[in-house]
Amino acid sequence: MSGRTLPLLFLNLGGEMLYILDQRLRAQSIPGEKARKGERRAVPAGSLRSRVMNDIISTMFNKKFMEELFKPQDLYSKKALRTVYDRLAHASIMRLNQASMDKLYDLMTMAFKYQVLLCPRPRDILLVTFNHLDAIKDFIHNSPGILNQVDETFRQLIETYNCLSDGEFQLIRQTLLIFFQDMHIRVSIFLKDKVQNSNGRFVLPISGPVPWGTEVPGLIRIFNHKGVEVKRAEFTTAGNYVTPQREGSFELYGDRVLKLGTNMYSVTRPVETHMAGSSKNLASQAKENIVPNPLAKEELNFLARLLGGLDIQKPGGGETGFRLNLFTTDEEEEHAAQTRPEELSYKVINIEATQEPGRRAELSRILGELEVAEPRPASAEKGEDLLALMDG
Amino acid sequence: QYRRERTLVLRSSSSALYNNLAVLCPPSRPPAFGAVHGTTLSLLGNEGPPRQLQARGGASALSTPLLTQAAWCELPARVLLVLTSQRGVQMYESDGSTMVFWHALNIPEHPAAHSVFARGIAAAGGRFICVGTSSGAVLVFDIPPKGTNVTLSEILEQHRDPITDIAAEQGQAPDGAGDLVTADDSGTLCLWSTGEEFTLLGKIPGSGSTCSSVTLWNGIVAAGYGNGQIRLWEAGSGRIRAQVSAHARWIYALDLAPLTGKLLSGAEDSFVHVWKLSRNPDTDGIEIQHCHAECVTDTQVCGVRFCDPAGDTFAVTGYDLSEILCYGPA
Repeated sequence: MSGRTLPLLFLNLGGEMLYILDQRLRAQSIPGEKARKGERRAVPAGSLRSRVMNDIISTMFNKKFMEELFKPQDLYSKKALRTVYDRLAHASIMRLNQASMDKLYDLMTMAFKYQVLLCPRPRDILLVTFNHLDAIKDFIHNSPGILNQVDETFRQLIETYNCLSDGEFQLIRQTLLIFFQDMHIRVSIFLKDKVQNSNGRFVLPISGPVPWGTEVPGLIRIFNHKGVEVKRAEFTTAGNYVTPQREGSFELYGDRVLKLGTNMYSVTRPVETHMAGSSKNLASQAKENIVPNPLAKEELNFLARLLGGLDIQKPGGGETGFRLNLFTTDEEEEHAAQTRPEELSYKVINIEATQEPGRRAELSRILGELEVAEPRPASAEKGEDLLALMDG
Repeated sequence: QYRRERTLVLRSSSSALYNNLAVLCPPSRPPAFGAVHGTTLSLLGNEGPPRQLQARGGASALSTPLLTQAAWCELPARVLLVLTSQRGVQMYESDGSTMVFWHALNIPEHPAAHSVFARGIAAAGGRFICVGTSSGAVLVFDIPPKGTNVTLSEILEQHRDPITDIAAEQGQAPDGAGDLVTADDSGTLCLWSTGEEFTLLGKIPGSGSTCSSVTLWNGIVAAGYGNGQIRLWEAGSGRIRAQVSAHARWIYALDLAPLTGKLLSGAEDSFVHVWKLSRNPDTDGIEIQHCHAECVTDTQVCGVRFCDPAGDTFAVTGYDLSEILCYGPA
């Protein structure tokens, strides 16, 4: 419902994606990169991992893309958004099979759903976003050009969101929760840490610090008709709350205090998802996929603009791409692909090979139409202008 | 005092929206329930199979709009089921079988920075249904005793922020106290006297916290806020009479039982509390006491309603929960 939700959704999901890719890139042995004794954790320029991360991050924070993103608009469907991340994950020489991409998207979405649910105040979603951006800046701290792009987006976030009221943030939060509704995929790192139950629902603690600006429950104050306090009473509940210490910083730099949105993965904690355990809610989720989405054409137009404009790294000359596997072995990945329940399929708009000739023709037509050799004068279509600027 | 009784199964889970539980309690018949899930309203009637109502799109809808709230409005001559959405207001016969009236909001050509939606529903003055909007305007519809000739009688423009909830007096208003209260995102409350023309009797400015839910009983306004507080205001004077640190997170719903003055509150902190309001006519003292607490484990509560006028039974909905939880006397 809030037209200001998409940037937050995109940036936070993107942030989670980068955490996961970074972890898998470190865990999986990559051809050509030999670990040497005493090699520092900080990535030297030229290494494959840093190249992939740089490519993806610089694509994600593309200036024109960001401008388009920040325009007030409705949220995309899960399908359309998933396709954007597909493209983003392939913005470098790294490749992912469908099964790995599915798993990546599951992890990203469940992680952000968790963060949104557990935010003490709706406004704290902004702190979660800042945590993601702080970490992203750390990934590319050696590349001043990309760092600039990220800082620009940071500033735009501050400008757009810092002045919003609590009520508006709650509307954003409610819009996000509608997007995440009925998703209960079990993530092993969440299960192990006991933040998720075996039925896929998150644990909501009833103890700990109350949100900034809220009092610990228990006090009743009575006033007389003159406004003078005349009585106090207390009540107790099962909850065990305490006063918070301090508020997180909403500035460009600062201590966010909140841990939600920071990197919870490490090389030694591999991440698995469980598809099993169907729930009644899948009926409504499956329905969303089957009902034809009249918005699809609109979304394809925007996506097509993005696709046309992004500078995709293709393996050239003697350089070969490599495939990243989000599972421990190739067999596991294959098995996951075959056993994914139908109702949890994202039915991704697959650009390379699609079964529907009609759709393929439509996409080609759109991509063909948008091919612009040189920037055109101002009379050109809005989308083409954008594309022309991206190419230039 | 209360214990969990039965659980009613919903076809879809409830969305995280303020006041997301509608209840109709006809005398000597089982109650009917409604909860919003995205673009649909799930109805559990007292007769017949469960039903789902869709939000109605506008003239050039690209996608089905989201519902924001649903409520049964009980007027002397008839009961209507009202749905509010991003596009407008839909009114149905109480069993949801026939649409009686549709009012479309003015939707800007391109999505504006400020969202457009209707939210906040209440029957008022024995004759009207009031619906709030995101601009702060409150639409007053004049409802005929039967038929579809509903007319927009007045637009009240006192709020500057999106309306969250509207409540009519459920008991006996003292003189000059007004019989309707409207609340908005900034926490501002407006007190009205209903009629051919509504009159603004008073305004209680917000103090930095959203008022998401409000009730009015015997001239006492009970308001639930985003910072977890419940405040009682005297409707006539606009003065604060009680302040309760009731919940650890944002309050999503309040409800009141008019026969006893029991107050129900539900919040994101997983708790549902039952309170007792009282007003001493001699001393003019207004009191609130805590009666009972329920913790709905791992659930952010989004709707609470009493299922009888004395408040002996109540029902609860939560985000992502495909059930309505019912509680009764212990």
